[in-house]
Amino acid sequence: MSVADDALATRPVPDSAPARSGTGGAPRRRLSSAWRQRLEILFFVSPALALFAVFVVVPILQAGRYSLYDWNGLGPMDDFVGLQNYVRALSDDVFTSAVQHNLTIVVLSIVVQLPLGLGIALLLNRQMWGRTFLRVVIFVPYVLAEVVAGVVWFMLLQPDGPVDAVLDAVGLGGFTQLWLGDPDVALYTVLVVLTWKYLGLAVILFLAGLQGVPDELYEAAQIDGASWWQVQRRITVPLLGPTIRTWGFLSMIGSLQLFDMVWILTKGGPANSTVTMATYLINQGTDRSQYGYASAVAVLLFAISLILAAIYQVFVLRRDTKVSS
Amino acid sequence: MSTPVLAPTAGAPSTTRGGRPPRRRRSGVNAGGNPLVYAIALVVVAVTVAPVVYAVLGGFRSNAQLASEPVGLPDPWVLSNYTNVLTSDTFWRYALNSSVIALVTTAVVAVFGVMAAYPLARYRFRGREALFLVFTLGLLFPLTVAIIPLFLMVRDLQLNNTFWGVALPQAAFALPMTIVILRPFLMALPKELEEAALLDGTSRIGFFWRILLPLSGPGIVTVGVLAFVASWNAYLLPLLVLNDPGAKTLPLGVADFSSEHASDTAGVLAFTTLAMIPALIFFLALEKRIVNGLQGAVKG
Repeated sequence: MSVADDALATRPVPDSAPARSGTGGAPRRRLSSAWRQRLEILFFVSPALALFAVFVVVPILQAGRYSLYDWNGLGPMDDFVGLQNYVRALSDDVFTSAVQHNLTIVVLSIVVQLPLGLGIALLLNRQMWGRTFLRVVIFVPYVLAEVVAGVVWFMLLQPDGPVDAVLDAVGLGGFTQLWLGDPDVALYTVLVVLTWKYLGLAVILFLAGLQGVPDELYEAAQIDGASWWQVQRRITVPLLGPTIRTWGFLSMIGSLQLFDMVWILTKGGPANSTVTMATYLINQGTDRSQYGYASAVAVLLFAISLILAAIYQVFVLRRDTKVSS
Repeated sequence: MSTPVLAPTAGAPSTTRGGRPPRRRRSGVNAGGNPLVYAIALVVVAVTVAPVVYAVLGGFRSNAQLASEPVGLPDPWVLSNYTNVLTSDTFWRYALNSSVIALVTTAVVAVFGVMAAYPLARYRFRGREALFLVFTLGLLFPLTVAIIPLFLMVRDLQLNNTFWGVALPQAAFALPMTIVILRPFLMALPKELEEAALLDGTSRIGFFWRILLPLSGPGIVTVGVLAFVASWNAYLLPLLVLNDPGAKTLPLGVADFSSEHASDTAGVLAFTTLAMIPALIFFLALEKRIVNGLQGAVKG
């Protein structure tokens, strides 16, 4: 975020200006302009600040507090257990496998969607028939609710369902699996569905980034006799760097919080093979009323996201801020 | 359509788009027309839309048709799946609930967001950057992290099964992004406007209402669209807060319907298709805004 501190703000209401308020004609100078400005700021900021405090800050602090208690959400919260909830989560196989699943999804989402998204964006970034239509179509899955997309995919992936039928039809019948029923396969099935759902976002963002690459560069490269691949590798991808890195960050954060799609497709099953931190949290919290324990899981989810975000910031995004500052 | 100021590249049409230049050599490397390119594009489109088409067409088939041939065209076309959904109260109630919650969320975010962004952008006061930082830090905290206390708080405030119980927390969690997008937008409006208005005797609040608000229309629409889509598609918070069937939203309705009528595949597909339509129409109508908003967010 750019903070051009000095250039932006107007100076405080100039004292020399006739400080007539809109209503009366009388020169009201009862409030000094400094006070007046304070009141105005208060007027503008307080609704948002109040909403933010009540529904964001307080619940987050509460999560930290609850996490230290053994509490079922009813009755007094008086069973202080210190860090026991955290110890329990970190030594619970289901939670640790949930973390592994989230990390797998973080990594594979980027590894799969980056080349695919880049390829499609490069493909669409040329004069071709129906390009506008293509751009709209590719973005459709992203706009659908995860729940809606999940329900449709749930149908598609049923044993002997449409996906199997299509594979049969093209001679790949041998590859059919219990897509959502086999613990060794289910996580990858979820990943494929997520790729379908979110590839459009990558494509749209990359396309926007590509518009920022000046045509002159391409023309110069062409004059120098560069091949298509050379141009993409030496010009397009490097110039797209900031866009790609920011997209990677969004993708990572989304993967760490994954809930809806998994809840619809598998509820974390079979045999916890697709459980994520968020599904585990809900499962333990509202479904089993272990609010203290679930809060500890939430804090861990936040801590893991924060650590990964910080690592990403230091090792990946730093290049951007350095260049721009 | 005016282009928002926030994302310079976002609205600007690419040099190659639009009125096609007379015989200008298309930026060489990007010359299209290769059959392979069209073949790949076709595959991408097919994979992208196949699930949606399957749902739409599946809604026009009977369960017997779906069972005997998982992939195929309706033969004959069956309308009853769709008419059943459209004549049921529940579908319309879910749609209404989704609409009201999304509209309330959007309205609260837009009004509170632009109000807060105004002094953060155009007043100079001590603690301004700190205040902005408080809101931006909110970006780090997804709703998921606070979901348990939120759920309990909403319950204690007796807001469960009400629109407010979903809309207010959603609006609160959408505020950081809204302010992060709107602040540079408001900063970019020329300072002279404000000086002229003040010289003419307009108060700062009058300036906000009469000049700033109309001018920031595109920015507000962008954040509004983002908030609306997020609310329309939301699942986790409504899942916990709305248990009463009369208060549920479309995503909850789709999930419920699909598990309650698991054997009625055609009915589920019809229901799901109809639930998709509002989002698709909304998207097609506001595609530019959504895309601009997302790009703006990325740049934020």
